[in-house]
Amino acid sequence: MSHRDEDVTADSWRQHRKHVFVLSEAGKPIYSRYGSEEALSSTMGVMMALVSFVQSGDNIIRSIYSDGHTVVFLQKGPLVLVCVSSSRQTEKQLRGELLYVYYQIISMLTQASISRIFEHKKNYDLRRLLAGSEKILDGLLNLVDSDPSFLLVAVQCLPLASSLRDNISQILQKAITPNLVFSILIANNQLLTIVQEKTVIEDSRLEPADIHLLLNLIGASSAFQAGEIWTPICLPLFNPDCYFYAYISYLDPPECTVCLLLLSTDKEAFYAVAECKRKIEEAMMAQNSLSLIAKVQSYSVSQVGVSDLRHFMYKPFDVPDTYQQLTQFTSPEMEAPYSSEEEKMRLLDLYRYMHSRIHSTSRPLKLIYHVAERETLLAWVTSKFELYTCFSPLVTKACAITAITKLLRWIKKEEDRLFIRYPPKYSTTPNPSKSSRGGKSDQQDSTDNGFLSLL
Amino acid sequence: MGEKLPKVPGDPDTLSRPMRTLRVKMVLLGSSGVGKSSLALQFCKDEFRRTSPTVGCAYLTQVVHLREVTLRFEIWDTAGEEKYHSVTPLYYRGAHAALLVYDISNRDTFIRAQVWLRELEKQYLSGSTVLWLVGNKGDLEQRRQVSAQEGQSLANDRGLFFTETSALSGDQVEQLLLGVAHRVCECVGAQQGALSEWKETPHVDLCHRNTFNPFASCCKVGP
Ligand SMILES: Nc1nc2c(ncn2[C@@H]2O[C@H](COP(=O)(O)OP(=O)(O)O)[C@@H](O)[C@H]2O)c(=O)[nH]1
Ligand SMILES: [Mg+2]
Repeated sequence: MSHRDEDVTADSWRQHRKHVFVLSEAGKPIYSRYGSEEALSSTMGVMMALVSFVQSGDNIIRSIYSDGHTVVFLQKGPLVLVCVSSSRQTEKQLRGELLYVYYQIISMLTQASISRIFEHKKNYDLRRLLAGSEKILDGLLNLVDSDPSFLLVAVQCLPLASSLRDNISQILQKAITPNLVFSILIANNQLLTIVQEKTVIEDSRLEPADIHLLLNLIGASSAFQAGEIWTPICLPLFNPDCYFYAYISYLDPPECTVCLLLLSTDKEAFYAVAECKRKIEEAMMAQNSLSLIAKVQSYSVSQVGVSDLRHFMYKPFDVPDTYQQLTQFTSPEMEAPYSSEEEKMRLLDLYRYMHSRIHSTSRPLKLIYHVAERETLLAWVTSKFELYTCFSPLVTKACAITAITKLLRWIKKEEDRLFIRYPPKYSTTPNPSKSSRGGKSDQQDSTDNGFLSLL
Repeated sequence: MGEKLPKVPGDPDTLSRPMRTLRVKMVLLGSSGVGKSSLALQFCKDEFRRTSPTVGCAYLTQVVHLREVTLRFEIWDTAGEEKYHSVTPLYYRGAHAALLVYDISNRDTFIRAQVWLRELEKQYLSGSTVLWLVGNKGDLEQRRQVSAQEGQSLANDRGLFFTETSALSGDQVEQLLLGVAHRVCECVGAQQGALSEWKETPHVDLCHRNTFNPFASCCKVGP
């Protein structure tokens, strides 16, 4: 049964760990993670009443706690997002997740058009524009729950010998056309390489969240699609009001695990961009890249060679020189005892707990040693990195520290493989103002993008 | 029919068939869920499988051999969702053929198809564009909400061609594409230079492009 058809009066509906609702300021339902928005319109009405009640006192409602549930509200422009969670996550973390949902909506519609739509018509039914996109939001929320990238606000790239990664980057660097701004190769839903237009990233860096939204959009919707895709897409953190035009094509049909994503600022550029793909395909064929990529796997913690270390997440801050680097992290496969979905989730929950304590606004910590029931965790933040480690239960603090020293040494040795070290660039824009943040020409396009004719 | 187009012998990649390949831009329009992507998949891969809602627009190609000419269909499968409304003209501008697809088991989609039609007529079409009304999901006879007569009479009133198909069973799908191919040659091809010639770019690997010919048998018989 699809989540959309769930009976919203049943107990099972109440028992979901995390509900997410999106509604308009006028109280119109836009999205619900479980159950259809229609069935829930009265629930959403109550939420809206709460929001406006508190707003009337100039006191924007932020969160409510009640018997094991946390209710978090987030208002962004004309949209109100609500999360009802029985997970132990903090309000801050849940708000961060709601923000991802907001940004994913923006990635499809742009902020400018949403504002304009609601300026014209307060009670507009935004579901008309989001029809068919529920799956994308569902997929996002599943990822948010299961993938630590969202918690860490960092991207994990596919571990790959740097020589192979460099080869592939060079292939992408050579296949260019005017107004191409990002060339991204994804394998098994992980970033393999990203080549960026020089002038574009001079003004602003690419945020991990934008990459997460892109990866989700591709993963949730295009994998079963035949053909080459050409679609407008907004990178909300890069510029919430502009569309890029994304060319998406799988290089290894019918498996569809290696995906090429080319972003242009020119909506007419399909044929030129598709030609870039042909060049890339041809060069990769010549170098046999696809079969080399197919052999790549994520790594096992046993490769580190530290007994008792079960899992870790490492996010470096010490990025080489002036490169406007994408924030990355690395983490091994989750292996036994964290093989089942429940156990994986339990470990992630422990990490979320450690993360919330390390980043506590009232009392931030540098180092936490936490003895849990079935494991021991140690989290450590320095000016150079943020590290979360999980050990078998009886490890002493001293042992854990020694183990971490070894781990850090291992990461240092492997960093060329674990991270995209020097993000490659190219130069394609004859007229940089066109593609830069807030470029006038695109802004024009997206704010007047035809939605208004539908009101 | 295709016979009107002059032969150009000696094109290296069609030595066995001394005819030229012309590009035909075809766009699939209609509400989300009526089966546009499934039809596109049938046209190009001759198969039916689960699809997910289309993001933006998908571009597929299929080569159709007629007796006198080879057509390389460049098919734009649009998402049909309102959020992509603003960019859809990008896809149907300059189309030689437009398929207006609805789902015979859903009346709303039939009404939406007429909205698309008005929009097309209003601004984007030259008189020579082949417009084809397609009632898909013909296999759902027991849930039919739009009768074949209704489809046919709309088509008659507005000068469209009309076919009911099933992307699920494949029924009438080949015939539809072949029909479009012939009409495009008649309506568009007659105007000198309306179809541009397609030249294979050197060095491009075409081994997984779709060059098989599901119409071989029909074409031998000829239209
Ligand atoms: N019964 C039936 N189902 C179909 C047919 N064509 C498509 N579908 C189904 O209808 C749904 C929407 O199809 P899709 O091709 O994605 O529609 P699109 O949004 O117009 O591209 C999918 O679940 C298809 O499997 C058909 O001819 N018969
Ligand atoms: Mg589709």
